[in-house]
Amino acid sequence: MALSPEVLAEMYRRMLRIRLFEESAQALKTEGVIPGSIHLSIGQEAEIVGACMAVERRDYMLGNHRSHGHPIGKGAALAPLMAELLGRRTGVNQGKGGSMHLADFSVGSLGESSIVGSGIPVAAGAALAAQLRGEDRVCLCFFGDGASNEGMFHEGLNLAAIWHLPVIYLCENNGYGATTSAREVVAVTDIADRAAGYGIPGEIVDGQDVVAVHEVVTRAVERARRGEGPTLVEAKTYRYDNHAFGLHIENYRTTEEREQWLRRDPIPLLRDRLVADGVLSDDAAKTVEDEARAEVAAAVDFARTSPFPEPAEAFDHLFTVPLPARTAG
Amino acid sequence: MAKTTYLMAIGEAMREEMERDPSVFILGEDVANNLYGSTSNFVEDFGKERVRNTPISEGAIAGAATGAAMAGMRPIADFNIAPFMYVAMDQIVSMTAKSTYIYGGQTKVPVVMRAVMLYGNGNAAQHSDRPYPTFMTVPGLKIIAPSSAYDVKGMLKSAIRDDDPVLCFEDGNCWFTAEDLPDEEYLVPLGVADVKREGTDVTVVGIAGAVPQALAAAELLAEEGVSVEVVDPRTLAPMDTDTILASVEKTGRLVVADPAHEVCSAASQIAAVVAEHGFWHLQAPIVRVTTPQIHIPFAPPLEAPLFPSSERIAAAVRSVLE
Ligand SMILES: Cc1ncc(C[n+]2csc(CCOP(=O)(O)OP(=O)(O)O)c2C)c(N)n1
Ligand SMILES: [Mg+2]
Repeated sequence: MALSPEVLAEMYRRMLRIRLFEESAQALKTEGVIPGSIHLSIGQEAEIVGACMAVERRDYMLGNHRSHGHPIGKGAALAPLMAELLGRRTGVNQGKGGSMHLADFSVGSLGESSIVGSGIPVAAGAALAAQLRGEDRVCLCFFGDGASNEGMFHEGLNLAAIWHLPVIYLCENNGYGATTSAREVVAVTDIADRAAGYGIPGEIVDGQDVVAVHEVVTRAVERARRGEGPTLVEAKTYRYDNHAFGLHIENYRTTEEREQWLRRDPIPLLRDRLVADGVLSDDAAKTVEDEARAEVAAAVDFARTSPFPEPAEAFDHLFTVPLPARTAG
Repeated sequence: MAKTTYLMAIGEAMREEMERDPSVFILGEDVANNLYGSTSNFVEDFGKERVRNTPISEGAIAGAATGAAMAGMRPIADFNIAPFMYVAMDQIVSMTAKSTYIYGGQTKVPVVMRAVMLYGNGNAAQHSDRPYPTFMTVPGLKIIAPSSAYDVKGMLKSAIRDDDPVLCFEDGNCWFTAEDLPDEEYLVPLGVADVKREGTDVTVVGIAGAVPQALAAAELLAEEGVSVEVVDPRTLAPMDTDTILASVEKTGRLVVADPAHEVCSAASQIAAVVAEHGFWHLQAPIVRVTTPQIHIPFAPPLEAPLFPSSERIAAAVRSVLE
C-alpha cells in the first residue's frame, strides 16, 4: 500500500529532527555541557523512523545505548530529551539516566538500556503482558549487530518464538560493534539468517530507505498483531560518526566505505525522492526543515535554561514504595 | 486445624494472590509440573497461561518477568535453586533493580523472584550458595528471607502486592517445618523485623535457616541460665535495623548467625550497622557465625560443620558472655 503524502512528510520531519537533534548534541558535547558519553544515530535515521512509524503510540518500544533517535522516531517531545542529555531535572528521566538511557515512557518506551543486548528479553516480557491481557499491542525492540552475539539474544528470541509473542526484533546492523567489524565476529553474513534457528521469519531490508523499512516492519507488525509471533528484521545501515562522540579511532573502516554509505545518506535520499515524486515541493521541504530546526533550537534553549536536580534528589525513585526509614539500611 | 509446612505456605500464598489478582502469574522452569512442590494443582486451577513453563533460560526468565512487570503484570519468576540466578545476574541487576531509578520513576517493576537455598544434602558447591548478600549490594531490590511458614506466606503475599522488585530467598531447611496458620487471610509487612524470642543477656540475630538454629540454641542456653533474645530481620534489604539496635541496647551483646559465606554476608552488614550505631551499648565484641569462606563441599562430614548450627551459635553466645 502506498504511503500517503502526509505520512511521507512526517517521515521526513522525524528523520530531520533526529539528524538536527544529533548535530546539536554533538555541538553541546563539544562545548562541554553534556556529561558522559553519547552515541549518535546520524546515518541511521531511516531505519529508526521507518520502524517507529510502523507501530502505534500505544505499542511498546525498547532501545539501547544509541537511542536518541528512537524516542524521536516514536514522536517524543524533543525538549525533555535534550534536557536529559544535559542532566537537568526537566529531563525525561529527571537527570537519572542521560544519553544512554533516554527513554520516554509517554510514547510507549519501556527503556533504552546501555548494557548491550539487555532489552531483548525485556521486550519479550512486555509482549507477553500484552498477550496475556489480550491487548492489541506489539513491542518493537531495537538492538545492534553486536548485540546479536549476546546470550540474551538467543534466550529472548527463543522465548518470544515459542510463545508467539508480538515482538519485532529490529537489528540495526551498522556493520560494527564499537570498532569491531560484524564480518569478524558474526558467523553468518546476514544476521537475519539467525531467525531460522528460532523458527521465525528473518527479513533483510535496506536501512537507508525509510519506505522499505516501513514496509517490512509493517509486515512484521501485522504478523505480530495476528498472533503469529515475532519477526527478526535486519536493517543494513551505517553510522557516519565515531562509535561514541570523541572516540577518534577510525582505522577499522575505510574512507571509501564511509563515502560509499554517505552517498546513500537517508535524509537527502528521502528529500530528493519526495520532491521528484511531487509529494513535497521544494518550498514545503524547506518549511519542514525550518520547523525542525526551530524545534531543536527550542529544545536546546529549554535544556540550557533548566535547573539541575538538587543533590538530595539522588535518593528519589529507588523504589516506587519505599520501606519505612531506619537508622541504617 | 491442619499444620501447614513452609513449602505448603509458599503455595498457599501464590494461590491466594493468583485468585485475588488476575495480573499475577508464574513463570519458570518446570513450574507447570510442580517440580519443586510449591505449585501443586496450579495448572489445573489457573491454566498453563498463568503457570508457564519456560525454557532453561534464566536470563530470559528474569528479563521477561521484568518486562511484563513494567507493562502492568505482577509476575512471579521461579528460579528454582538460588545459584541459578547467577545466570540471570545482568538482567536482575541492570534491568530489574535499576529501571525505576534510571528512568526517573517513569516505570515500576512489581516482580517477585523466588529461589530456594539448599543445604545439607550433598548438593555441593554449585547448588548450595546462599546468594542474598550478593544481591544486598544492589540498590533497588527488596530482599526477603523468611524463616517460618507463617512468615513466608505473609511476606510472599506482601511481596506479590508490592510495586517494587522483591527477591524471595526460601530456605530448604525450613521446607518441612510446620505450624498452624490462621484460617483468615493475613499479610506480614516487608521491612519489619520480628523478635522471635525475648531475652535479656544476648541478642542473636538469625538469618533464614539460622533462625530455627538460633531458637534451638536459646533453648539450650536457657538451661544454662542464659537469656537469649532472637531477632529475625526477615527482610534483608532494606533492613529493619532499628529493631536490631533496640535489642542490642537492651542486651549489650550481639551474635549474628547467617548461613551465607562470611565475607560481605548479611551478618557483616548487621555487624557494621551495630558497630556504627550501637557501639556504646556493646559490652563485648560482636561475633558472626557464618559459613566459612570456602565452597560448600560434597561429602556430608565436610559439609555439615560449615552451617551455623545451634551448637556453633550457642558456643558464640557463651564466648560473648566470657
Ligand atoms: C554488556 C556490554 N558489553 C560491552 C559494552 C560496551 N559497548 C557499548 S556499545 C558497544 C557496541 C555495540 O554494538 P552494536 O550492538 O552493534 O550497537 P551499535 O553501537 O553499533 O549501535 C559496546 C561493546 C556494553 N555497553 N555492554
Ligand atoms: Mg553495530
